[in-house]
Amino acid sequence: MGNVGTNRVKRGMAEMQKGGVIMDVVNAEQAKIAEEAGAVAVMALERVPADIRAAGGVARMADPTIVEEVMNAVSIPVMAKARIGHIVEARVLEAMGVDYIDESEVLTPADDLYHINKNDYTVPFVCGCRNLGESVRRIGEGASMLRTKGEPGTGNIVEAVRHMREVQKQLNEVINMAEDELMVFAKENGASYEILKEIRENGRLPVVNFAAGGIATPADAALMMQLGADGVFVGSGIFKSDQPEKFARAIVEATTHYEDYELIGRLSKGLGTAMPGIEMTTLDQADRMQDRSE
Amino acid sequence: MAIIGILGLQGAFREHQQSIEACGHEAQIIKRKEQLEDIDGLILPGGESTTMRRLIDRYDFTEALRQFGQSGKPIFGTCAGLILLATDIVGQDSGHLRLMDMVVERNAFGRQRESFEAPLEITGVAKDFEAVFIRAPYIVEAKEDTEVLSTYKGKIVAAQQGQFLAAAFHPELTDDYRLVQHFIDMVEKSKLKLATN
Repeated sequence: MGNVGTNRVKRGMAEMQKGGVIMDVVNAEQAKIAEEAGAVAVMALERVPADIRAAGGVARMADPTIVEEVMNAVSIPVMAKARIGHIVEARVLEAMGVDYIDESEVLTPADDLYHINKNDYTVPFVCGCRNLGESVRRIGEGASMLRTKGEPGTGNIVEAVRHMREVQKQLNEVINMAEDELMVFAKENGASYEILKEIRENGRLPVVNFAAGGIATPADAALMMQLGADGVFVGSGIFKSDQPEKFARAIVEATTHYEDYELIGRLSKGLGTAMPGIEMTTLDQADRMQDRSE
Repeated sequence: MAIIGILGLQGAFREHQQSIEACGHEAQIIKRKEQLEDIDGLILPGGESTTMRRLIDRYDFTEALRQFGQSGKPIFGTCAGLILLATDIVGQDSGHLRLMDMVVERNAFGRQRESFEAPLEITGVAKDFEAVFIRAPYIVEAKEDTEVLSTYKGKIVAAQQGQFLAAAFHPELTDDYRLVQHFIDMVEKSKLKLATN
């Protein structure tokens, strides 16, 4: 074989997912529904974030049986979550042949200080971010793809919007910054100067950035695309809705045609009830998954 | 100047757009079948072929894309695009657009951890092309007059049949524009030919 696990191969994989929807699934049946609806990948989980939230306790990597079942059921890429800093969970997922690992704040962190050194792995990683500093730190550790954190399992889009706007705003600042201002930005935001320089030169992040954490309707997906997301992750939104198949198809189409409002209107008709959702002010600080890592 | 369309339903269409523009031509992202009338050649980009197929079907693109190809206008498929062009796919009843006489296999080199980069010799294009393979397919069999342009470890990874060009790898992820320039040359020739007919 040629050169495996290069940055180009790992980041390129995420490039191929652009404009697509990645759906959380907990078994083979859901994975097939997702594939059939046009998902670009599935995230194999033991429980969707809304159920993790409801169950409480420590959330860990899924039982490998479930991940394997999903890998055998579909031909699209399969992602799976490892706890933040849990080197062994990540190695296990890599050994199983999972296509992408999500080092995810949805699970209970295993390390409250260090993230995984993702440069060491052949398999690419996606990580959450709330702002440009966090994005650049994850890229520095070797993340090949980003997603805004949002607030998973709430069905409330407000946090995903906040994070996407913040990343975009800071990106624009950096791109338009004089070179001598860059070091101070690096210092204040805990971000690598070298990566910031690269961002400024190329006018974009070096990896794709999807939206995640609270997308519950086709219009939510289209909103995130308009705010600059390269694609969307939909967690609890699909299989917590009344009609998952119809819902999944509608979200895929709304993501592709995110500026076609007539179409999004049509897609939104008769979808039944979306997931109930949680208002942010009713969420205790301890239940905010987005704050579990920096 | 040729106008090259890039099917923009899903995948790495912006990278192709940048490659075309870097070669000094105009690129247009195609999201509606009516837009096919405005372009001289079309790129089917990398992405997820099952997703693209669903969206192609839902927006009634299939017949329009077939007619576009059959009218003599060139189409270049990379990775997922190669799968869309093939007449036959291993393990599936039928191909998608069925424009190029070849049998292809999806994810034929393995899963993501087996994805790789390697230098390739491409007949008439380059001796040392930097090729990036991501969960890539390969061509199991090139049929009729489909010409093999490149192989990697005995597997066919690039081919051409008349106005159709297919690559299992991603030229759009590198700054090596030689293959896309080869396609632009095909488009310019066909444009001349179609204009004189």
